[in-house]
Amino acid sequence: MSRKVFVSVFANFDTEGRITPLSFKWEDDRIFEIDKITNVCKAASLKAGGAGIRYTCMVCGKQIYLFLEDNKWFVEGK
Amino acid sequence: MERVILHSDLNNFYASVECLYKPELRDRPVAVGGDVEARHGIILAKNYHAKKYGIITGEALWQARQKCKDLIVLPPDYKKYLKFSKLARDIYADYTDRVESFGLDENWLDITGSVHLFGDGKKVADEIRERIKFELSITASVGVSFNKIFAKLGSDIKKPDATTVITRENFKEVVWNLPVNELLYVGRSTHKKLRGYGIKTIGDLANTPVKYLEYWLGKWGYMLWTFANGYDTSPVSNIAAKSFIKSIGNSTTAPRDLVSNDDVKITVYVLSESVAARLRLNGFKCNTVQIYVRDNGLESFERQGELEMPTSNSDVIAKKALDLFEKNYNWDKPIRSMGVRACNLVLTGDTQMSFLPEYIKEQKEDALERAVDDIRRRFGHYSIGRGLMLCDSRLSNLNPKDDHVIFPISYL
Repeated sequence: MSRKVFVSVFANFDTEGRITPLSFKWEDDRIFEIDKITNVCKAASLKAGGAGIRYTCMVCGKQIYLFLEDNKWFVEGK
Repeated sequence: MERVILHSDLNNFYASVECLYKPELRDRPVAVGGDVEARHGIILAKNYHAKKYGIITGEALWQARQKCKDLIVLPPDYKKYLKFSKLARDIYADYTDRVESFGLDENWLDITGSVHLFGDGKKVADEIRERIKFELSITASVGVSFNKIFAKLGSDIKKPDATTVITRENFKEVVWNLPVNELLYVGRSTHKKLRGYGIKTIGDLANTPVKYLEYWLGKWGYMLWTFANGYDTSPVSNIAAKSFIKSIGNSTTAPRDLVSNDDVKITVYVLSESVAARLRLNGFKCNTVQIYVRDNGLESFERQGELEMPTSNSDVIAKKALDLFEKNYNWDKPIRSMGVRACNLVLTGDTQMSFLPEYIKEQKEDALERAVDDIRRRFGHYSIGRGLMLCDSRLSNLNPKDDHVIFPISYL
């Protein structure tokens, strides 16, 4: 089971209303750039406990899920 | 053209939502229960681990704890459930605009017009189940049939996370062997009556001459007979159409038993204010007031009475309700729950005009009540109230209009 880690996100809101997360700040204030977003869909996070819009992101060569739920962002932490 | 109707039932809805947010509880027996302090201490929902212990919805928390001492009882969070209910409806809306809610966790979908786009009933049902599971982590059971009644029955047959198809060809095998109380609107007392006449299964009901049923049960007899035979043709209402409201009511289980007419008066006024405010909000007036009373032995009854003229005035509704109460209750036992309902509704614009002084008085009172509505909208429900409410703040500390947002709309 993993933790639900809320993160602050730097995102781009385009003129069509699309939201693209660019980077996020981890608990220890480290900032991680999102290299690529490979998928966006609605999904539930069984690991962290929540449901919303799931961005599949590549960060430092790894795939992570970044969730947007009720205007709050979270990731599945270890 | 044969209709294709789905009934989707979200399994263990409240408990499933709670377990999503609390992953550490997922493998333990969990129930969602009302507030014991406010005497709403019953099981509202439970997960499958709790079900194994034989815990049933509606039983008291202490009874449930006797069956399973490690039961984890969580308080309900209606905001969260409303959100998930809406998310599920958003999924349904991708397939059809004809979605009719029956409570928070059940919906009928008429996909007759979209089968050429998305495939047949079973395919759509399976796809919807998969999406609900993936997007909301909740399992659903879906019934597929040619009418609403069998679709609902179908969703009850196989749980959780399953699709059941009932067709004109197989309904006699699938439906007719089920006990008659599985049928929608066969409640406790109808079941008892039917059992008395030897009707045990839905098939028995379907094969009973309809004249007998009408004789025993009145117009309900005919309705149940059409249900059992698959003749139900009631439509699934349109998602965009405002649901057609036939009555507006509120009820409450009081924080303590009501023991006197004064207690009842406070409760009735609280409920009537909520009912009247909701009538005005929806542009209705009512011709009939109905009360519901349940004593602490859990015996209950309903009584109704006509008003002289249509109203949306809380004082008139409350006075009628109290009048009905006083004529029909002799205080054998203290009262546990009460309800007030406005029925026989007319649109506000359609009422008969008159020069009579009663009418002018009514207009003035209406303006007064609307002013109160406005004050409450701006400054909160408790910013203004009747003096009566101060007599017992425990009883009057209730805002049925905003606290209770779930109104499963009656089928008839």
